[in-house]
Amino acid sequence: MRKRRSRAPLDYLGMPAMKAWLAGVFVFLYTPLFILIMFSFNNSKANIVWKGFTFKWYVKAFENTQLREALFNSLLIAGLCTVISLVLGALMAFVFWRFKFPFKGTLESGMSLPIVVPEICFGVAVLLFFARIGFPTDLPYPFNLTQIILAHVTFSFPFVGVVVRARLESFNNELEAAALDLGASPFQAFRDVIIPHMYPGLIAGGLLAFTLSLDDFVITFFASGPGTITFPVKVYSMVRFSVTPEVNAASTIIILITVLATILALRAQTRPAKET
Amino acid sequence: MRDWREDKRFFWATMLLPTAWFLLFFVVPMAMVWAYSVGENVGPVDVAIIGTFANYAKAFSPEVIKVMWDSIWLSLLTTLICLVLGFPVALAMTFADQKQKTWLLLLIMLPFWTNLLIRTYALIAVMRTSGVINTCLAGVHTLLVHTGLPLAPFEPLPLLYNKFAVVVGLVYVHLPFMVLPLYAALDRLDKSLIEASLDLGASHIETIRRIIAPLAAPGIAAGLVITFIPALGAYLTPDLLGGPDDLMIASLIERQFKRANDWPFGAALSFILMYITLLFFAIRAFMGRTGGKVGVH
Repeated sequence: MRKRRSRAPLDYLGMPAMKAWLAGVFVFLYTPLFILIMFSFNNSKANIVWKGFTFKWYVKAFENTQLREALFNSLLIAGLCTVISLVLGALMAFVFWRFKFPFKGTLESGMSLPIVVPEICFGVAVLLFFARIGFPTDLPYPFNLTQIILAHVTFSFPFVGVVVRARLESFNNELEAAALDLGASPFQAFRDVIIPHMYPGLIAGGLLAFTLSLDDFVITFFASGPGTITFPVKVYSMVRFSVTPEVNAASTIIILITVLATILALRAQTRPAKET
Repeated sequence: MRDWREDKRFFWATMLLPTAWFLLFFVVPMAMVWAYSVGENVGPVDVAIIGTFANYAKAFSPEVIKVMWDSIWLSLLTTLICLVLGFPVALAMTFADQKQKTWLLLLIMLPFWTNLLIRTYALIAVMRTSGVINTCLAGVHTLLVHTGLPLAPFEPLPLLYNKFAVVVGLVYVHLPFMVLPLYAALDRLDKSLIEASLDLGASHIETIRRIIAPLAAPGIAAGLVITFIPALGAYLTPDLLGGPDDLMIASLIERQFKRANDWPFGAALSFILMYITLLFFAIRAFMGRTGGKVGVH
């Protein structure tokens, strides 16, 4: 007699071979990240042997003015990009959800293009565009980030649009009809009835836009004028030369921000599901 | 759904801003690239749009064909490895209970949300000559030598700056792209069909081959396209993990715009990549339409 616990035929997760496979995949996905985080606390410049716990690389990363500026720029760009993407994405979702109009199909598939077009293609398009229209490259500090923000919004807001549109599908049209019956103008009904219904979609879409912007290297690389630096661009130039614990520390901070944003986004999406 | 003429003012008020933004900052730049792709360099910065196909013809020179071919087979290999690695994960996710499902999804999604550059950097730290893998191997080697095995002196494995590293990096980055559509397709399957197959004596492998795979074909196709396309256009991973001989299309495009300063040629390459991308998405949309009906009961 085999002493194995009986399991349902479709309980694939219970198969030892499957467990081993999953474990292997997750080890592959997470080992590099864990090692990166671990060595950000390592009291040794060489990234190999554990020499004791320290926070000094975090202090160093914060004392590195360029790195700090780059991080701040990235967060500023991501913040502004999120706000503008939310407005544009919400409007886009609403228009496609509400109205029938000529060339709607064309416009709709056109607006999903920024999602599928390879980053490099859009990156060179942005470079060419700003060079060709003679966009000033010597604007004073926060304004020299304009090009990056414009480019980031362009590829982020269609993502927001898709997320918000999915949310709008569950809207009960009678609610808006009731508001209009009770004397609200279409705008008031939009503001007071439809937008509140969009909220979970807006939160999830906003966090998506924020992460996309924070994550982007290729398009920023092409859109940025001389002298503007963002976190990924700075890390890229540091990584080219060497592997230093300072980069590990800065990366750990970014990973932390991303994990928090992901958890918030998941919360925002699951909570309303429980209510309905 | 309402006709736009019923409420013109409100329609224009909501439609104008996103459409104008899209046209100005996406369509116009893309159109400019397209115009450049049929243009010609007439000075250090000037380009005349003359409607030539010379730039596209240049893309068929042997050096460029080699880069294209490398990009295609590297991303094909990546896609297949992702399919092999990801299919069991998607299958396990589909039949897990609700709580396990949420956790598995989160575990797959988290690296996907983490900064691409950070993930690539993490891989470099693991794979470089004095990285974690080689240090561990060296340790094992020393141990074996101490036990008296007659071994040659330890040579660190050349894990980085070659095609192997590029494929590992691409798989590492694109695995979630494969798992998520696979999971979405498998989750919709009629589970009783799989149970019937197992009841009637088919093995798990046979069930996967003859029941699950054909029914989930549209999802598998979606996963293949969604993984292949970004892998084909990847810039950062081959740039940081590959050696000087491991160029992919994206790096070649970047060179034309930065170092080589041949914008029309770069524009043509960029549009070739665009055409390939759109072609694959069209195929996928077509397969989704015809194949989708098979899975519906």
